[in-house]
Amino acid sequence: MIETLVWIALALAVIGVYLSWTAGRLDRLHSRMDAARAALDAQLVRRASVALEVATSGALDPASSLVLYEAAHAARQAEEDHREVAESELSQALRAVFADADQVEVLKAAPGGAQATEELAAAVRRVPMARRFHNDAVRAARALRRHRKVRWFRLAGHAPFPLAFEMDDEPPADLADRPT
Amino acid sequence: MKIGIVCPYSWDVPGGVQFHIRDLAEHLIGLGHEVSVLAPADDETPLPPYVVSAGRAVPVPYNGSVARLNFGFLSAARVRRWLHDGTFDVIHIHEPASPSLGLLSCWAAQGPIVATFHTSNPRSRAMIAAYPILQPALEKISARIAVSEYARRTLVEHLGGDAVVIPNGVDVDFFAKAETNPDWSGQTLGFIGRIDEPRKGLPVLMAAFPKIVEACPDVRLLVAGRGDEEEAVASLPAELRERVEFLGMVSDEDKARLLRSVDVYVAPNTGGESFGIILVEALSAGAAVLASDLDAFAQVLDQGGAGDLFANENPDSLAAGAIALLRDPERRARLSASGSAHVRRFDWSTVGADILAVYETVTDGAAAVGADERVPLRTRLGFSKDTTAS
Repeated sequence: MIETLVWIALALAVIGVYLSWTAGRLDRLHSRMDAARAALDAQLVRRASVALEVATSGALDPASSLVLYEAAHAARQAEEDHREVAESELSQALRAVFADADQVEVLKAAPGGAQATEELAAAVRRVPMARRFHNDAVRAARALRRHRKVRWFRLAGHAPFPLAFEMDDEPPADLADRPT
Repeated sequence: MKIGIVCPYSWDVPGGVQFHIRDLAEHLIGLGHEVSVLAPADDETPLPPYVVSAGRAVPVPYNGSVARLNFGFLSAARVRRWLHDGTFDVIHIHEPASPSLGLLSCWAAQGPIVATFHTSNPRSRAMIAAYPILQPALEKISARIAVSEYARRTLVEHLGGDAVVIPNGVDVDFFAKAETNPDWSGQTLGFIGRIDEPRKGLPVLMAAFPKIVEACPDVRLLVAGRGDEEEAVASLPAELRERVEFLGMVSDEDKARLLRSVDVYVAPNTGGESFGIILVEALSAGAAVLASDLDAFAQVLDQGGAGDLFANENPDSLAAGAIALLRDPERRARLSASGSAHVRRFDWSTVGADILAVYETVTDGAAAVGADERVPLRTRLGFSKDTTAS
């Protein structure tokens, strides 16, 4: 009798340690996701700011400036549930404005334009990167959270179910392209 | 930025991953970053100042060949000490899924971890069995880098998730500015690689060689690499053997000069390549390149825009491609020009900037790297008075 109880206690202890370890793993995944989200946020804001700067610099023609300003402003002001759409629209606006390789040259030729081009190119390249890392973290967290042991024992607590950030982040080809 | 790089393979054995890490570390140091590389190495091996030895690697059979790996308590302790002493902003682990230092550091570290996957092996049985063990370690990685679109695809299929593609880097100017050696030019084909490793494809080239000689009587074949030379030419008729010149192991300088000098560089590899750095080096040196149509090679060669492709493991197709190039100097010049332009994207200045962009992205909004302290059980169960631990 005693022996059985000891075995049961031992088994429960092992399960407990395993669950605690899993909770630690989940916690780490959540913090990785938060960091990735913060990084994505920073890159998106950076992109919108540089786009805004370029739009108001007067280096581009008025029509392009207006299109870019509108999209960048909307992306920066967007509410959380509208953000993916607004950021996608900024990507589209950037692609439309810089569809022509000459437009990049025009911007480069403006005073201080070389640096602005550099910054904008870095920003449009880093957004897809940050988004990929974020969504990779989200996928890992979701995979673990869907597991039986996590659901049955409610190891995730009240943390909201992780959502991927879906947007069109294709950079303008002539801007993001590598030196040849 | 303080950067820690983990190399899974012995520093004293030459190999693609080791060279990549050496060049990356030196590039980053040149930009003013603090870099420390943790690598397996014999204690007697002279190491560059930025390399920290993780002890001697042990040869063990793994994945069909004998690999030199590091594991066990001693290595794990060294990894922990390195992480603790380094106080890195980011660590960059190469080959995190190989049972060596990469995996150990993944276990032991927390914080921003970047990982590069070099090989794109088809999923092995060992990997499937080890998946539940690997997963908790691999899910700590904040950013994954694959060296080619092909490597990324296999990575996504095997481990799920996603990765950014950043190719391996090459110092393009080192090859572009090498001097030519007149002895090695004039209707020459070049081959660099282990002679006795069939995967490198020398037998395919040997099978095609008689046909090439028939069409271009002046052709010579220059072979650089380790292996049994007698055995390599055994399949050739005796009168053709003197047209094959073996150069043995060559230094980096001679490799660059060889690539600068030959008319056509042939890469007949039959498989197992995830990138093809040698093609990038050949393109940098301005050689016309003829390569087997492996996924990874086709990608480096811009789907045939920067070099010619032939059907893999097909000597007739290789011979036809080589003859066409040997007979047509204009076409060689055209390929050389488009190759030189295409290859700029593989230069360290570009590749290094991309890798730094990844480091900066993952360190944005994250704490520094530290050793992953196991939380004491007492704390976890809430019995500890120390509430600062979490």
